[in-house]
Amino acid sequence: MLLQVDGRSAYAYTGGRPFDAAGPVVAFVHGAQHDHSVWILQSRWLAHHGWSVLAVDLPGHGRSDGPPLDSVEAMAQWLLAALSAAGVERAHLVGHSMGSLVALEAAGRAPGRIAGLGLVGTAYPMRVSDALLAAAREDEPRAFDMINAWSHSGLTHQPGCPGPGFSVFVQNRRLMERQRPGTLSVDFAACNAYANGFEAAASAKCPALLVLGARDLMTRPSAAAGLAERLPGSRVVKVPDAGHALMAERPDAVLDALRGFLPSPA
Amino acid sequence: MSQPDLFRFDTLSLHAGAAPDAAHGARATPIYLSTAFQFRDSDHAAALFNMEQAGHVYSRISNPTVSVLEERIAALDRGVGAIATASGQAALHLAIATLAGAGSHIVASRALYGGSHNLLAYTLARFGIETSFVDPRDADAWRAALRPNTRMLFGETLGNPGLDVLDIPTVAEIAHGHGVPLLVDSTFTTPWLIRPVDHGADLVYHSATKFLCGHGTVVGGLLVDGGTFDWHASGKFPELTEPYAGFHGMVFAEESTVAPFLLRARREGLRDFGACMSPMNAFQILQGVETLPLRMARHVSNARRVVEFLAAQPGVARVAYPELDSHPDRALAARLLPRGCGAVFSFDLKGDRAAGRRFVEALRIFSHLANVGDARSLVIHPASTTHFRMDADALAAAGIREGTLRLSVGLEDPDDLVEDLAGALRAAQKGA
Repeated sequence: MLLQVDGRSAYAYTGGRPFDAAGPVVAFVHGAQHDHSVWILQSRWLAHHGWSVLAVDLPGHGRSDGPPLDSVEAMAQWLLAALSAAGVERAHLVGHSMGSLVALEAAGRAPGRIAGLGLVGTAYPMRVSDALLAAAREDEPRAFDMINAWSHSGLTHQPGCPGPGFSVFVQNRRLMERQRPGTLSVDFAACNAYANGFEAAASAKCPALLVLGARDLMTRPSAAAGLAERLPGSRVVKVPDAGHALMAERPDAVLDALRGFLPSPA
Repeated sequence: MSQPDLFRFDTLSLHAGAAPDAAHGARATPIYLSTAFQFRDSDHAAALFNMEQAGHVYSRISNPTVSVLEERIAALDRGVGAIATASGQAALHLAIATLAGAGSHIVASRALYGGSHNLLAYTLARFGIETSFVDPRDADAWRAALRPNTRMLFGETLGNPGLDVLDIPTVAEIAHGHGVPLLVDSTFTTPWLIRPVDHGADLVYHSATKFLCGHGTVVGGLLVDGGTFDWHASGKFPELTEPYAGFHGMVFAEESTVAPFLLRARREGLRDFGACMSPMNAFQILQGVETLPLRMARHVSNARRVVEFLAAQPGVARVAYPELDSHPDRALAARLLPRGCGAVFSFDLKGDRAAGRRFVEALRIFSHLANVGDARSLVIHPASTTHFRMDADALAAAGIREGTLRLSVGLEDPDDLVEDLAGALRAAQKGA
């Protein structure tokens, strides 16, 4: 569905079902250089099991207009505005990588509106190496290669995502290529600069789940420990044989973790 | 570090898509000869049918052995995925049927495999899909043939019978300028010689029967989606960007940004037309792909040796191989096919139809049959087999002469192949 957020058109995938703002809402936020489609299986399953789903394309990503926003704080403010534009007062948020910081910051800014936080492939601080930042600025294809190599635990992803016969690895490369030039360096700079994570965690007043790829080389599981400590009562699920692209590498494991975390929609 | 693949080509040929069997640790890919796969419970069943979870339901739609092959060829061709089909012809049909319907139009190279030409010129025309055939070397002809209802451009990496090299970057640019994809048949080249997606092609298919299988044992096809074409931006493919009543109103381009074509091809074309690959065949083709880099290197080196020999023989009028100075696409081949131009080519004997027959019948190693891409060397004489009803004028119109022979050079010792051909040339000339 298309929304008008801050005067610009924004796209949100609704899981293959019409969106109902009156239902229990779960909003998905993708990471750097990605779009809503990274959540295809988890969002589709939840939409067909009682949840109202919004998997947004952040500004400048996928089908959402505008330039990419240059800070996690601005993306969080935009996300809250997007929920309002969809008529949503309160929602669970699930974010991946950069999107996990956006969800965290949104929960810190508007604790009364966020019912639960799912942080997938997260880390705080989310430092981006100088080499990767430089590649993102100067040679995007090279940066895509680095990200792709560090995001996958291996070559084999049976039964595949979104189904048998698909290459998880090449899909991720093509999805990064599909975003507008210049997006990656803006996203990575935002991740690198974000410094409000612990304060946001302290302000958030909701249950939290961290889902981490045991073989993640982009956001190593150990880099999420500080955040887990500061989110009271948070749970951590480590997905074996998964890297940073864990929603595609181990879609059922991520779904199971979310199902164990989210309340029954009834 | 910067490399677009997690591992290099030879490693991908052995490992992409496969892992030791979780149940028993079998290192080779098991042959899952099971028509259907048990659901964990009713909700799991519904989720699989509704594409909320990934998994196998019924082997016409997907199968664990077949999907290993699909992931492997996708990795080798740098595609977002692949669909294995009953044959190369089924792969071509699946690509077209997913994107075109009655009232659609295709622009195709006129230098096509005869089976592909038949499908486009006669069979699909019966279903309302019209094709314009153009000289693949004439960029203006490709452009001039475009119509508002054109849905794709189509050619072969190495055309039939003269090994015309398709200028993929140029034809892809023409296709994309018109908002449609370029489909390429890469059967003769395999991903080892060229990855068409790297040069601008959007969809690639193979008759896996040939070099991918490599041993002349089973028939199969593979259709690869490069994931590079933006169907949403094109606006010409409501099949992918509008709700599909045949699958719960799914909008494939909303589900997947980069792979909606494959979603629809599997959920509609494979489901409804049913031209799926058997897991037995997938296993055989996987065995072949494991040694593809080794075999293709030998196929090419043997072919070069045979080409060099034939080009120097007084009894040979012409050899059509793009690495020769005499071939019009020599420069293009050097740019697009630096590893070689494959191992299938034609040459013309000096002499009549009978000379061609004598040549074929004198060969001792080359097998006389209608196939290419076998480990064994193969030969066919079109004027006495596939085109035997045609007189000399009709043959000439098809680019074939009475003395034209097509070779598929195998993996034998090249000295034996050259000696076999030398003996057959003597036999052909003796009867003159």
